[in-house]
Amino acid sequence: MPDYFTEAEARDLCDQILARSTVDAAAVTVSSGSDGFTRFARSEIATSGEVLRAEARVTSRIGDRSASVRWNDLGSAAIQQTVSHSEELARIAPEDPQSLPLLGPQEYVQNEAFFAATEELDAERRADVILAVIEPAAAADLVAAGFLERTVGSRAVANTNGLFAYHNSTAASYTTTIRTPDGTGSGWAGTTHSDWMSMVSPADLAAQAIDKARASQDAEEIVPGPFTVVLEPTAVGNLISLMRTAFDARVADEGRSFFSQPGGGNKAGEVVMDERLTLLSDPVDPDLLTCPFASDGWPLSRTVWIEDGVLTNLAYSRYWAQQQSRDPVAVGGGMKLTGGDGTTADLIGTVERGILVTRFWYIRPVDQRRLLYTGITRDGTFLIEGGQVTRPVKNLRFNESLMSMLNKVEAIGSAVRIVASEAGGIGEPVVVPPLVVQDFHFTSVSDAV
Amino acid sequence: MSTTRRDFIKSASLAGAAATASGWSGGLVLPSAVVEQSDSFLKDLCLSALDAARSAGATYADVRIVNIRDQSVAASENRVTEISDNETFGVGVRVLARGAWGYAASRHVTRQECQRLAGQAVNQAVANARAVSTPVELALVDAYPDGTWRSPIRRDPFRVPMEDKIDLLLAANARALSVNRVQFVNSSMLFVRQRTTFASTEGSIIQQTVYRTAPQMTITAVASDSRNSQSRESVEVAPMGLGYEHVEAANLEERAVEWAEEAVEKLSATPVEPGVYDLILDPTNLFLTIHETIGHATELDRALGFEANYAGTSFLAPPADVIDKLQYGPEFMNVIGDRTQEGALATVGWDDEGVPADSWAIVRDGIFVDYQTTREQVRWISGLTGVTMSHGCSLASSWDSVQLQRMPNISLMPGEDDHVLDDLITATDRGILVTGHGSYGIDQQRSNFQFGGQVFYEVRGGQVGRMLKDVAYKGRTLDFWNSMDMLGGPRSYFIGGTTGDLKGQPAQAHATSHGCPPARFRQVEVINTAS
Repeated sequence: MPDYFTEAEARDLCDQILARSTVDAAAVTVSSGSDGFTRFARSEIATSGEVLRAEARVTSRIGDRSASVRWNDLGSAAIQQTVSHSEELARIAPEDPQSLPLLGPQEYVQNEAFFAATEELDAERRADVILAVIEPAAAADLVAAGFLERTVGSRAVANTNGLFAYHNSTAASYTTTIRTPDGTGSGWAGTTHSDWMSMVSPADLAAQAIDKARASQDAEEIVPGPFTVVLEPTAVGNLISLMRTAFDARVADEGRSFFSQPGGGNKAGEVVMDERLTLLSDPVDPDLLTCPFASDGWPLSRTVWIEDGVLTNLAYSRYWAQQQSRDPVAVGGGMKLTGGDGTTADLIGTVERGILVTRFWYIRPVDQRRLLYTGITRDGTFLIEGGQVTRPVKNLRFNESLMSMLNKVEAIGSAVRIVASEAGGIGEPVVVPPLVVQDFHFTSVSDAV
Repeated sequence: MSTTRRDFIKSASLAGAAATASGWSGGLVLPSAVVEQSDSFLKDLCLSALDAARSAGATYADVRIVNIRDQSVAASENRVTEISDNETFGVGVRVLARGAWGYAASRHVTRQECQRLAGQAVNQAVANARAVSTPVELALVDAYPDGTWRSPIRRDPFRVPMEDKIDLLLAANARALSVNRVQFVNSSMLFVRQRTTFASTEGSIIQQTVYRTAPQMTITAVASDSRNSQSRESVEVAPMGLGYEHVEAANLEERAVEWAEEAVEKLSATPVEPGVYDLILDPTNLFLTIHETIGHATELDRALGFEANYAGTSFLAPPADVIDKLQYGPEFMNVIGDRTQEGALATVGWDDEGVPADSWAIVRDGIFVDYQTTREQVRWISGLTGVTMSHGCSLASSWDSVQLQRMPNISLMPGEDDHVLDDLITATDRGILVTGHGSYGIDQQRSNFQFGGQVFYEVRGGQVGRMLKDVAYKGRTLDFWNSMDMLGGPRSYFIGGTTGDLKGQPAQAHATSHGCPPARFRQVEVINTAS
């Protein structure tokens, strides 16, 4: 028996929950699965875990009033009590003038996001894979830390208006930080995908991090300021993934976003970034493979947010779409930035003088309206001279607007799937290229390695 | 740590908050399986898991049965946008076998499942042992066979009628919206109650109920040409380990107008001239600076490399080079770690491996003296500190998360001169007063930082002047703390807190508090974030 609800089990559970509804309407989401992870540090396994989980959330609606309850005791007695409780809360809730009727049955794109090789990453197998990183690091007199995570699960959405959607998937993420024993060098590498077989091999992962750890020793301090940078795909993804929430049309129309038009409205139809770049979401893209529906059951499909530099779509909630007399557009389906060809090494060869950034850390908003962020480089920052990486430099803090950065692009490489989250785990899929960016604003130097 | 300072922490409770020791109580709005379970039944399940772990070969095991109830109510302008009431229940079993850890957790809280989890955790540990060359050793801990603890709440937030919460938020929003140019107001209340039954093979069985209450408002003013918008958050209202009395004391409706007026004033505030200034940091700002530059830097797992792949390491390493040697700040700087301050977010009776709540010096008279520890970590530094017991910093965010070292309440003790904020302002010729926390960034070894705030004022000739905007201060941790030259006294002590502190892989969110008075820092670099 799988450790997640099959489609039949999920449908049966949704039916049980909705059958208890005694009010105008109800909607339910169900998620289930098993998560496994192993951490290592100081070249030893530190902790691991296996978690069996499932929970449901019911939203009861009485006219324009609604309230939700989420719980994980999915026995029949608790279902009855929980549905009743959500109805009690809905009766108390004030009417919401922005409430819309529940969706009816929908059509969804299909994708195959479940892979046996990922499911099979149990504790024993994870220990093997971790030894494949620890051992070469130790052989090189280096110290390895890292994290291997895999998840297997399913999601379902249903409502009393006849909607039902189901999706099952697997995903894994493997990251490692390899450091010199004296703490003067640090290198990072990471890989993630729905399919373990599509990820970078442990040996290659170790080799990447080992090379960076060695090469980053005894970094020199450089004077901060505007620099041409080669951002590796992970560094680009660290930043691009922050744009997900910026596409909200309502926030833009109400004057609170980078995409707000002075005087009202938004910048749809305007060139907002380098005209070679296109940013899209697509649940069926083989490198994204996300759940094809939103939490209310709205279908997700290929959405091009920015095409050839032009803002073509913003995300419209059903309410805001109705207000603006247009179709809703939901956020989901991962993020993919394309527009070029070539590897990071190819891009380095085009730069006379610049800085190579492996990844960013602790990226925090300074001014959301300008998409201005601060953060710091980490685990491999190098000077490029004459098209070659010549020496390591100390980590640098930046203050930079994402959209400003995307208008200062010199060169674009080929997009690859990367671990975009700073936490190094499984997150929303992000596929991005390496970029060469002019005048990237570094503001101070860090001694941190 | 002087007796005076310990006494200060013990007495720094919010008025009337009284700790009670009682077990779980029933009568919930949302009935569920956990409420039906008797204490003795849950304890019995724990013991069966421990027996199964021992039988499978564990040399140590602990089990946590955790029930988390959380409720949130949110309003935007004149609409209620969220009413949700949630509850999860599950069990996690952690074991040591062959010197390695294993952990297994499930939402099925049954005898059979507890026994299965114990076996699975041992199997994991055995698999992991192939990649463990330094077997885990745990510091000694006393047994607490019948421990109970409960947050010192006076009014259970889950018993307050939902109608009252809705009315309060809508009334506060209406007050804020009455201020010209204010267009958006988001307000919310979040309540959490976490009940844990813990048992370990050391002989402890402990039941604890921890509450957290977080009222919050964000008020946004938009310029008439919509080219500028500015927000003011209710930073003076910290999340706390208290009950609904904290919402009542927050007085959102009364304060909403003041916050709204400040949001409007921010639209026309003067851009800061970059340069070097004396900074007066209000406790609503300083608490998060303490969190970032002292709280995280003094986590022993970071210093030893256990968090190298995510949260980072620490400039405070190796321990032998810094304990009792490193000058963190001036002689009047004293910082404690504690899990005892009443109403603080990290306050508990015992940690998640059965270690009783502790209070200890981190920085004494300006010198760094000790880290935050769990049982596993003690042996790494006991030869340097002379401390052979854990400081009780083990914590897991829920049943589905394994324990790791987490930050206790880390607090800067008030000075002996009983200064208040006005005294610091009066003594400052050219500076900037920073209130509230804004954008916070720091490197992975907790040194290079750039911190913002909510509201900034110029200070000239001992007087508060114009409101400034686009202010961030930056520096390096040790330079910064050693530039501190004035400190508020006990009257100006404030407990701030954060509920979203991430650490560990998989990342776990943690809530912790930081008490501090206002303080002045000399000649700190200030940048204009808009230039």
